[in-house]
Amino acid sequence: MPAPSEVRVQEAPFDLGAESARFAASVSGAGAVVTFTGIVRDGGGSLLAMEIEHYPGMTEAAIAGIVAEARTRWTLTGAMVIHRHGRLAPGEMIMMVATASAHRADAFAAAEFLMDYLKSRAPFWKKEIGATDETWVAAKDADEAALSRW
Amino acid sequence: MIDVLYFAWVRERIGLPRERVATQAVTVADLVAELSQREERYALAFSDRAALRVAVDQKLADFDAPLAGVREVAFFPPMTGG
Repeated sequence: MPAPSEVRVQEAPFDLGAESARFAASVSGAGAVVTFTGIVRDGGGSLLAMEIEHYPGMTEAAIAGIVAEARTRWTLTGAMVIHRHGRLAPGEMIMMVATASAHRADAFAAAEFLMDYLKSRAPFWKKEIGATDETWVAAKDADEAALSRW
Repeated sequence: MIDVLYFAWVRERIGLPRERVATQAVTVADLVAELSQREERYALAFSDRAALRVAVDQKLADFDAPLAGVREVAFFPPMTGG
């Protein structure tokens, strides 16, 4: 029996080890669990913080839709996305995805699919806060192009 | 009445996160034209439509999307999640 998908959008930090262990324990029948974690880069030391804005309501629905699409494409026994918003310091974890499947190929592919779609189809906007300036992170053409491979 | 929401630099340029708008606009594009005529800050925020994305009732939509029965329209730059 596949586990229901889990989507969390939160300001608070999450415990990667605890979340990964809990996820792995919750997905019966899985032979493979893949996790990916996104971390705020330090920009060579010039970045003070990353501010992440989102669209409450749409964010949760958009991520749930992306996860549901992944589950139609691959046979997963579980899927989880945690994505933070608010002000994050360099080195902090921004988000994680976890996927589980009977064999690793499905879990790897689904995790990559989730990451590609979260990049440009989930309503988050990142702003880099430096010592003297603030800059909205521009979407990359490569991120849009990455969707075409699916 | 439609709730109009702005995010990221669109919010900063217009100077507010959301507002209720009384409008007879038929499509999103009509609404953009209407708002752009209000004040310079709106015209500036909406000047480059290729740099904007729109959601209608919290679903991604096009500028020609109809507004009949719609409660909420949001304008924002391309998303940068993950």
